[in-house]
Amino acid sequence: MRLVLHVWRQKGRDDAGRFVTYPAADVSPDMSFLEMLDVVNEELILKGEDPIAFDHDCREGICGACGMVINGRPHGPRDRTTTCQLHMRSFRDGDELWIEPWRARAFPVLRDLVVDRSALDRIIAAGGFISAPIGSAPDANAIPIRKESADLSMDAAQCIGCGACVAACPNASAMLFTAAKISHLGLLPQGQPERNERARTMVARMDAEGFGSCTNHEECEAACPKGISVAFIARMNADFVRARLTEGRRVARAGEGGSG
Amino acid sequence: MNLDAKIPSGPLVEKWSRHQFELKLVNPANKRKYSVIMVGSGLAGAGGAASLAELGYEVKCFCYQDSPRRAHSIAAQGGINAAKNYHNDGDSVFRLFYDTVKGGDFRSREANVHRLAEVSVNIIDQCAALGVPFAREYGGLLDNRSFGGAQVSRTFYARGQTGQQLLLGAYQALERQIGLGKVQMFPRHEMQELVVVDGRARGIVVRDLVSGEIETHLADAVCLATGGYGNVFYLSTNAKGCNTTAIWRAYRQGAGFANPCFTQIHPTCIPVTGEHQSKLTLMSESLRNDGRIWVPKRAGDTRSPAEIPEDERDYYLERKYPSYGNLAPRDISSRAAKQVCDEGRGVGPGGQGVYLDFAEAIGRLGEDAIREKYGNLFEMYERITAEDPYQVPMRIYPASHYTMGGLWVDYNLMSTIPGLFVLGEANFSDHGANRLGASALMQGLADGYFILPYTIGDYLASTPRTPVPEGHAAVRAAEASVRERTARLLAIQGKRTPTSFYRELGRLLWEDCGMERNRAGLERALGRIPELRDEFWHDVTVTGEAGELNQSLELAGRVADFLELGELLCRDALTREESCGGHFREEYQTEDGEAKRNDERFCHVAVWEYAGDDRTPLRHEEPLSYDAVHLATRSYK
Repeated sequence: MRLVLHVWRQKGRDDAGRFVTYPAADVSPDMSFLEMLDVVNEELILKGEDPIAFDHDCREGICGACGMVINGRPHGPRDRTTTCQLHMRSFRDGDELWIEPWRARAFPVLRDLVVDRSALDRIIAAGGFISAPIGSAPDANAIPIRKESADLSMDAAQCIGCGACVAACPNASAMLFTAAKISHLGLLPQGQPERNERARTMVARMDAEGFGSCTNHEECEAACPKGISVAFIARMNADFVRARLTEGRRVARAGEGGSG
Repeated sequence: MNLDAKIPSGPLVEKWSRHQFELKLVNPANKRKYSVIMVGSGLAGAGGAASLAELGYEVKCFCYQDSPRRAHSIAAQGGINAAKNYHNDGDSVFRLFYDTVKGGDFRSREANVHRLAEVSVNIIDQCAALGVPFAREYGGLLDNRSFGGAQVSRTFYARGQTGQQLLLGAYQALERQIGLGKVQMFPRHEMQELVVVDGRARGIVVRDLVSGEIETHLADAVCLATGGYGNVFYLSTNAKGCNTTAIWRAYRQGAGFANPCFTQIHPTCIPVTGEHQSKLTLMSESLRNDGRIWVPKRAGDTRSPAEIPEDERDYYLERKYPSYGNLAPRDISSRAAKQVCDEGRGVGPGGQGVYLDFAEAIGRLGEDAIREKYGNLFEMYERITAEDPYQVPMRIYPASHYTMGGLWVDYNLMSTIPGLFVLGEANFSDHGANRLGASALMQGLADGYFILPYTIGDYLASTPRTPVPEGHAAVRAAEASVRERTARLLAIQGKRTPTSFYRELGRLLWEDCGMERNRAGLERALGRIPELRDEFWHDVTVTGEAGELNQSLELAGRVADFLELGELLCRDALTREESCGGHFREEYQTEDGEAKRNDERFCHVAVWEYAGDDRTPLRHEEPLSYDAVHLATRSYK
């Protein structure tokens, strides 16, 4: 296969950036998309040019490091597939591909296709956890969990944190990412004590990081390589509303003197 | 080199609890005065960093990825072992201990392995408490599956993404501590050198992978949880970024490197498709619960699998190992696959593959049941190969997956450099010559959650706290060596890319130091590797500059270290004149082709000491003794 690539090149955070066109000859349909870029990069290095920088690591669709917008779609044309798991057989000989980084105010471009997604880590640090210090756990079978709840929790927990949902959203919202974590933990009995607080602090952090709001385009679900459902956003909204309603009560109780 | 393993006295089952009591404690109010560096954020690193911060230590954690959540523990699929005996099938701490020692072909320490089996039960409890959505039965209790090398169901799992879920549990615990200000996280930072002051590990030199700046971080102790070196083979199931640099730099600073030749080749990976191949993808061993492995009986049979009748198929694992069948341990299964392919009976393009067939299980349990258990793995397979494993058998072939060898540590997880602790796959401690499936996750979390937090306190409490003076000579020297090396790589401006050297090294090691090794091949490799290294330092081309995000420079530095490690790997394989576990020397096998150990000469840990760039490293031995388990020939027949 022969392809023409228009790749976003940007030296650093403050550089303006532009598309540069590269031919990719001799592409095998068995190559992954990143392997195709590897071959292009090898040629660039031999010509003394800087290779195209892109994030990648496990190359088996689970670490969430890779991700680029290919012809306008995060992770490219195949549903529920990360860029590393996208194979060139999904394209046709002679195709022209426009390859860009995730675009969002909260994800500044560091170089070429590499963006800074640390905002997602900060959302987790704000409340995306269960406070169970190491060594404090009861027997794992002491708390039975309905299989349906565990399975639904796992559906949400599959999120790989790649950020495609943000890149796909016209508002660059991180609500699917945040909702997936809130739902994963909120569907488990272990996650109940901090459930309200979690929704409140994570949503606040998400807003502070400069992500937009959800206006129900559902592009996030379409782009998500793990097929995480927007129904989790409804769940998050419910938790958030309850958190806001109970917030006052919590303060009042604390004001009553507490347990001493 | 002092190789006192510091195994506690007393009966095996009491060693760990007695040791925990004997370890010195750091007063809670004093813990915040101690700083600890953790390099790596996988199960061991994130788990350890979170645990230490919860105890009150000041922790700095480093990873090369853009987020700690991306460490390669995330890719583990199948499960995690624990001796819970929830299924009443006869499991116990002693049985898990026994299976692990036997699975490791009697080359691990009894005391370490027993401790691992003991804490395995706490790990499951802890993970459930942290919100890991383990698979459940309809009654709400935890489900289990079986794994290779065991005859009980003791493997806990979360679909085919157990590693991901366990890591996210540890990552979330870590992020909680980051939010509380107890851990300072440094993503996109790569350790380039260890700082040793007055014989103690006191810090690291790192490169900020975004700005290219070289920074030094000092602490009272340094922990490496940087994973294994399976990527030395170029093609492996490891993530592309996995590298040996951290442990290799420590080795060059005096940390002993134990059993480098104990590398694991995993039997069930998706075969190579061409020269462009950049990594290999594992298909979880759990698939061997329901998949049957076979090849055609006749060499050169090119019919499609559906056209090959039952009586012309060779289910070779079931034939050779009737009691374990398709669940024979990894080393045995891998070698058996290579043998049938060498006989010309391999399947798929190039003949480097065997079938893993689910037709029988789908017939017995229905497609839905199989989808429930393995759906995401089947999808992954289909994405990569464009073949539907519900319809046609998977094709699989062995690939480099895990390294049992690593930095030598004592019972307290401390290396031969005082103050340098090594956790998880980066150390050599618990798996002997072969790791059983679902034991890597167990060991990573055991080290991070339940062992290091105790043992590091003993070190800190018994070591005088002395600050490293500003501009100490050792710090300046470490920084200078990092800068000098970077400048050197950029100045060569040769004609070959780092990847071309890397690929050549990998191919050479796979041929001569892979699944089967022999003296002639190893000697050939030992002749060729120094030449290749020399070519690298004269002819590599690295583009860009030091002071910027430069992935070409990152790779070149890692390849340079692999080029050194590869030689040590071959040297260790050559010296160990026996076959055991993942180390198979053709000269040492039984009449029916099984590994033949030599307990007289090699019942020990081989520990290598760096002696200088132009000198052969020194080989030391830590003898192994077996009191609870009798040294026996492994049999899975």
